[in-house]
Amino acid sequence: MQSPRLVLPPKTVAAPSEAAVACWSCGGPTPADSFFCVTCASVQPPGTADHFRRLGLKRSFDVDRADLERRYFDLQRRLHPDRFATRTGREKALSQAQAVSLNEAYETLADPLDRAVYLLHLAGMDVLAEGCNQIADPVILMEAMEMREALAGAQSGAQVELFAANVAADIEECVGDLAVAFRKNDFDEAAKLTTRLRYLRKLIEDSRARHSSRD
Amino acid sequence: MALLQIHEPGETPLPHAAERALAVGIDLGTTNSVVAISRQGKPEVLRDEKGLGLVPSVVAYPPDGAPLVGFAARALLLDRPELVVSSIKRLMGRGAADVKALAGTLPYELDADAGNSGGMVRLSVGARRLTPVEVSADILGALKARAEAKLGNPVERAVVTVPAYFDDAARAATKDAARLAGIEVLRLVNEPTAAALAYGLDKGSEGIYAVYDLGGGTFDVSILRLEKGVFQVLATGGDAALGGDDFDHALAEEFIRERHAMIGESRLTLGEAKLALATARIAKECLSAAEDGKWILDSDGTPTAHEMTRERLEAMIRPLVERTQRLCRDVLEDAGLKPAAVKGVVLVGGSTRIPLVRRTVAHVFGREPLADINPDEVVAVGAALQAEALTAGLDALLLDVTPLSLGLETMGGLVEKIIPRNTPIPTAEAQEFTTYQDGQTGMVLHVVQGEREMVGQCRSLARFELTGIPPMTAGAARVRVTFAVDADGLLTVGAREATTGIEQKIEVKPSYGLSEDEMAAMLRDSLVHAREDMDTRLLAEARVEAGRVLNAVSAALAADGDLLIAAERAAVERALAALQKALPEAERDAIDAAAEALEAATKPFAEKRMDRGIRAALSGVTVEKLDARMGEKRARQERS
Repeated sequence: MQSPRLVLPPKTVAAPSEAAVACWSCGGPTPADSFFCVTCASVQPPGTADHFRRLGLKRSFDVDRADLERRYFDLQRRLHPDRFATRTGREKALSQAQAVSLNEAYETLADPLDRAVYLLHLAGMDVLAEGCNQIADPVILMEAMEMREALAGAQSGAQVELFAANVAADIEECVGDLAVAFRKNDFDEAAKLTTRLRYLRKLIEDSRARHSSRD
Repeated sequence: MALLQIHEPGETPLPHAAERALAVGIDLGTTNSVVAISRQGKPEVLRDEKGLGLVPSVVAYPPDGAPLVGFAARALLLDRPELVVSSIKRLMGRGAADVKALAGTLPYELDADAGNSGGMVRLSVGARRLTPVEVSADILGALKARAEAKLGNPVERAVVTVPAYFDDAARAATKDAARLAGIEVLRLVNEPTAAALAYGLDKGSEGIYAVYDLGGGTFDVSILRLEKGVFQVLATGGDAALGGDDFDHALAEEFIRERHAMIGESRLTLGEAKLALATARIAKECLSAAEDGKWILDSDGTPTAHEMTRERLEAMIRPLVERTQRLCRDVLEDAGLKPAAVKGVVLVGGSTRIPLVRRTVAHVFGREPLADINPDEVVAVGAALQAEALTAGLDALLLDVTPLSLGLETMGGLVEKIIPRNTPIPTAEAQEFTTYQDGQTGMVLHVVQGEREMVGQCRSLARFELTGIPPMTAGAARVRVTFAVDADGLLTVGAREATTGIEQKIEVKPSYGLSEDEMAAMLRDSLVHAREDMDTRLLAEARVEAGRVLNAVSAALAADGDLLIAAERAAVERALAALQKALPEAERDAIDAAAEALEAATKPFAEKRMDRGIRAALSGVTVEKLDARMGEKRARQERS
């Protein structure tokens, strides 16, 4: 029997719904995407809100990390399965689903690369996953090849570290440029920068792998 | 009419809550185990009459009679080594093949037959064949008995700790062991996270903390952020096969070399090996305080004397300690932090008493580590606090991560990572796969855990087949594989073929785990009161569900009671009162029936509430449109 082959998915986003839905527990109406029933306070399914809405943020690349964390902790305090350890199986399962959605939203928005990919995705542009995308921009492509060679040429641990420090500085600059592009709603530029950010990240990982003891 | 008790939503008082409220924290260690309880935020280690909190994780199996656990078992170690099992945690979730590599270094004999049949390791202990799960269950049973004796009440629920670096197989085995011992696991908590909880709540600390946990058989290092009662694990790393036991082995081997040099080369007997190990452990512990010492190995009537200095011991264990140092640096990098960002380092595990270990930790993090909570007990204390948080609602919240990446084998033996390490849990991730060959109707899904790119270098967790894919051209089928990791860190994998909807869901029962049949058989054998226990649990579940219904209906009546005419309201209240009456005293079936009756009685009420809700939501919509919609709805109802 054969092993499976990976398929890279075109993702779709469900439109958020504003309507009231019936609470599974008391049967009464509660707004769609409410975490708890407005009447009986039972935990609800996670719904289809996008990551920004779920955390009560406006859709933007500029995310205040401390604010994001405050919101995330506050929601996890109420929704984490540990809060439902003595409740019914249904409530446990729903809280787990809620916590999964929250973790996904938090992880995506906390990381500039994931956040950029997600914003582009919401804008209908899918920057394909690693391995499948080609760097179309010749300037970025040239830079990527040169840096790859520089990493391969780094001999000592100190050289690798110096290389990683330079890439880290480039990453910081790239994230700044991304913020500007998103503020201007220049999604083409943002997509280009996102591709650049992705390979810069890959370079950091690879330089780490050169001196990691993890196996 | 009976007065209705209306509770704050979400504050349903659980009937007979006190009865089931006792939940303890258990640190099931490689060398020692500890049980603790927390009440009103005050944790307490449950000690024996001599004041000792530690229970050696040693089990003796006398040919006739019940197993002995703890000091009594350890006392038999030298006289009857063939009957005594120690360090069983190192075999949790291990397969026979894994363990072959360790053969000779283990202080017990493996069942030779089990190695060929695959599956879980079995030990030969006297005439018995035991799995690590059963041995661990005996240890857990002893801890449960201690807790019950101290508390004067049955203890059925516990938070049990596991090394953060434990893989899925070892976690599942630990949960099975608890079940076998008659303990419901409220949560598996990672040991360093539990330790951080004990420290953080104790000190009211905030900021980034590292937990360095070097136990008897495992090493964990976790980086956490503590903020207002939230314990967020940023990254975790370690080695599930590195601990104080390895130090003992290094020293014991040296003793045996010396002994054989003195009395001449001879075959190493099991008794001699266990004696050397026990002596090495004592010597190692002494050398944490003393600079040198002398120990006697007296086996088979031939005593030999062995001198050892701390310096020589340190030279022996240095490579192992240096490995923990590298792992600390890796985990800091994973967290994206420099050592200077760490505000404090907490030491956990008996092996952190070794001066070389303390010096190393101080060197890596650039600060003196904290060890003011007994490093042997801090994990159990944290587990007890978490048990209270889960049952009585302490405000603390633990947000943990997956220690190792989870993935699937793809063509060519490559691993496609689906959930990377250090992902916050619970988490779920889906990935689509397709067929390689025209007409391929089946697919093997091989689930692995680890960081390497090749399957052979990762740990194999489970293999299952998705069959019945309709024959299509290569690449046409769409199989969506979902990985879900719950808050215990346990993985469930599901697969679904999109064009046919063929679905298979498995809780990853590791290749090395117990099958459900084996588990059921063990439960039958071990639990005299298994049936009674099951009934108790089902009754408790029925009460929780009934409490949920009571709460929902009470809240609905308080909010929208005006929608009901007197007769309707009376009917609902009768059903409500009947359930309230049944709840504390009735049998499970009667409670279920009363709860169902109440839900049925409130169905029309729920519909009225939804209608009003929709009307409120549509208040912007014109009346004509709304009426038209209501008309449609009535027509639908009349038809049905």
